[in-house]
Formats: sequence, structure tokens, C-alpha cells
Amino acid sequence: MSGSLWGSVRRVGAMIERYVYLLKGSWPRIIELAYWPTMQIILWGFLSEYLVHHSSYLARASGVLLAAVLLWDVMFRGQLGVSVVFFEELYSRNLGHLFASPLRAYELASALFVISLLRTLIGSGMAAVFAFWFYHFPIWRMGFVLVAFFMNLLIMGWAIGLVVAGLVLRYGLGAENLAWAAVFALAPVSGIYYPISVLPHWLQMVAEALPAAYVFSAMRALFFHHIILVRPLWEAAALNGVYLALGLGLFLRTFHNARLHGRLLNLGE
Amino acid sequence: MAGSAIEVAGLAKTYGPVVAVESLTFALGSGRVLGLLGGNGAGKTTTLAMLMGLLLPTAGSIRVLGEDILRHRYRVLERINFSSPYVDLPHRLTVYENLRVYGGLYGVRGIKARIQKLARDLDLEGFLTRPYGRLSAGQRTRASLAKALINSPQLLLLDEPTASLDPDTADRLRTYLRDYQKASGAAVVLASHNMLEVERLCDDVIMLREGRLFDRGAPAQLITKYGRETLEEVFLDMARGRSQL
Repeated sequence: MSGSLWGSVRRVGAMIERYVYLLKGSWPRIIELAYWPTMQIILWGFLSEYLVHHSSYLARASGVLLAAVLLWDVMFRGQLGVSVVFFEELYSRNLGHLFASPLRAYELASALFVISLLRTLIGSGMAAVFAFWFYHFPIWRMGFVLVAFFMNLLIMGWAIGLVVAGLVLRYGLGAENLAWAAVFALAPVSGIYYPISVLPHWLQMVAEALPAAYVFSAMRALFFHHIILVRPLWEAAALNGVYLALGLGLFLRTFHNARLHGRLLNLGE
Repeated sequence: MAGSAIEVAGLAKTYGPVVAVESLTFALGSGRVLGLLGGNGAGKTTTLAMLMGLLLPTAGSIRVLGEDILRHRYRVLERINFSSPYVDLPHRLTVYENLRVYGGLYGVRGIKARIQKLARDLDLEGFLTRPYGRLSAGQRTRASLAKALINSPQLLLLDEPTASLDPDTADRLRTYLRDYQKASGAAVVLASHNMLEVERLCDDVIMLREGRLFDRGAPAQLITKYGRETLEEVFLDMARGRSQL
């Protein structure tokens, strides 16, 4: 039955299969997934090594910069994994076929989440292995809390990715550059490399509305004070729940509008 | 109407001041082939999109395979399918991969055997492992048709199925479609500019002009009614405003 849970799982599985075919059919795509995070690690790794010897702040917690780079990349990859993979359907003018099938918009979103997780694991995973091999920084030594950091940032990336996908569904591929710009607009207020206390007061209020700020705050507490702050991670999770619901709501709303205005057949390159 | 594949009443679609379809009412019985005939912008593709629920109408009702498509489209989408030269399949996936994915979306059992059968029927066996984007126009049309038939639909919606095909391939495809329709008992809606195709395949024809119903009937009836020898002549009369109704 098309309406059953099993039917839903089958359709999500079919879409995941579609994206895995896309990924494994092109080795440059797999390399590209790891290329940018690895380049970031190389750059920040050398900078980190230099600063550790010239900064008493960083000397207390070597590796904090590399951890920040790797975790920030999780959010970035998570967002791209949703939005850019969605663009593939527009590039190939495939939306009409997809939504003439029993596929629901939320099932497509679910498949995008899964493929985003896979792409992030590949890209950030390779960068993490490189950080260990080249700079002897084992990010997995953070332990189980790393999973909480990872999932919170990934889900925030998904929420942003859904908003970008929704805007592209509304305004066409002319809006695709938002995919690259959206996350970076949040970088200064996410407290990636510095505590949000350095921000002007009004920007601190913006930062406090972002799950990423709580994650990076908890990350610094772990590196500098060797304590696991659970509360900020729950706060980040709660905010993520809200943002993911809003992102999904916007995506479903723009999907409905696309049906109203005939964009499902017309959107594409 | 008992046994109707499609029942449409008062269907309209407007985009601001632009009228795409207006007051369209028709029904299609199970196992029948209906041609939608009209020039560019007559409302054929818009009508097909509304029949699938891809486009929401401004007014009117649509029942497909007994279900209200506006309220319960997901109850019937597994039993219908469509093909259009204006919608592609993912270019980087091979034909086989595309068909597997759509088999999964439509819940097709025994997908490997189904793909092999369609590949044989549509002469795609040599192209199954080729990316869709590297196919010729004719091969793409056949691959798209294979996707449209993957779930053995009870209602098949075809938008210009032989556009960009050479006469030989187009003729083979029409023969295949006619055979498939007779064997499966599926209802088919065919939007086309090709009058020969419509004459050959369709039991009934709806002629659209500027989004409005112009006339309807069996191809032979329409030819007789307008005192012409071919449907193409009837179409030209309609397009050029020479018909007296």
C-alpha cells in the first residue's frame, strides 16, 4: 500500500538508492566531498601548530582549533547534503517524474537527510582521519559527546538546507548560491573559534538562538576544562527541533505553492 | 459514470489574468484512449499536470480511477504514470538504475524481470548500462516510456510520446503502445500535435483551443462532421478559425 509505513520506507529507500548511484557513479564527486574539509584541516592544522607555541590560550588546549574546523564542516556538509543534492533533481529536470510518483515531499526530505549524513561521514570522516594522520589529533578521543556535537550540527545543517531548497523551489535555480552563502552568514555568530561573549550584546542574543553556539561552547568547555556540559547540548537539541520543524514546514509550503503555480514541471536548468 | 478512469468537471486553471484551461468537462472510460488535441498553449500539458495532481486547478473537480485527485492523490498515484519530453530522468544514472529507482518508488515487485521485459519490448537492451544523459533523443523517449510503464499503470498519461523520433521509431512505438493498451486494458490520455498518431491510437478526441473545449468526438466523427479528409485538416481549420460550429 502506498500509504503504509512500509510504503514510505520503500520510497525513501528508492531515493537513497538514487543518490547513492549518483555518488558512486562519479569518483570526482567522492574526492570532492573530502577535498575541501581536508584542505581546511591542512590550513588550520599548520596555523594551530604555530599558535600553540605562541599563544598561552591555545597551548592549554591543543587541537581545539582543529576540532572547531572539523565540527563546523559537519554543519556545512550537512546543509550542502540536503540543498545541493536537491538541486540535482532540478538540474536533471526530474521533479515532475518524482512527484507524479507516490513519493511524498517529506519522504524526499527524509532521503535527503540520510544521504546528507552519508556524505558528511565521508567528507568529514576523511578529514578527521587526515587530522589524526598528519597532526596526531584524534577527534574521536572526545568520546560519546562527539556524537552529540555531530548530530546537533548536522541537524542544524539540515534545517538550513531545507530552507535553501524551499527558496530554490520558490525562486528557481537563480537562488542556488544561497546554498553556499547561508551557512557562512551564521559563522561569525556561531562562536566557532571564539566564545560568543566577545560579540556585541545584540549579536550575542542572535548567537544564543543558534544551536551551533551551544555546541561550540560545550566543545571549548571540554577542551579547556575537561568537563562535559550536558545542558547546552540539550538546549541545542531543543532549538534544532524547532528549526527542523520550521525548515520542513517551509519546504512543504513551497512544495504546495509549486503545485499551485505549475513549477514542478517547469523548474530546471 | 461506471468504469470511468477519469471524470473531470468544470476544470479551470488561471495564472492571474492568463487563462490556461477553462470550464473543461470530460470523462474517459476504462480501457479507452483519449487524445488531447490543440496547438501550443492550448492547455494540453496543463490538463495532464492537473490529472496527476502536479498542478492544482483554480476550479473544478477531478476523479481518477475513482478517487478525488485533489484530496486523495496518493491513493491512485501507484496506479498511474506518465511520460513527457519536457521532463527528464536523472542524466547521470544509467537507464537500468533509473528504472530500478522508479520501480522502488512505485512499489514494483520483481523489478529485475520487469526491467528486462520492458528493455526487450522497447529495444533498450543495449542501452541499459548507459547513462540516460548519453542517450540519443529517440533512446531517451523509449527510456522515458519504459519508466512510464514500469508499474503497469491502469492510467497512462502521454505528452507528445513520439516527439523528436524518426518516422520508423515513432511508428514502432505507436504499434507498441496500441498493443500494450489492448493487452493491459489501461486507459490512456495522449496529448499530441501529431494528427496521424491521434487518428491511429485514439478512440475519442478532445480538441482544445486557448484552454477551452473546442469540440470532441471520435476521430472519424470529427472528420465527417467538418467535411474533411483527415484530422489534420480539421485541426488546421480549428487553429485558423475556419470551422463553423
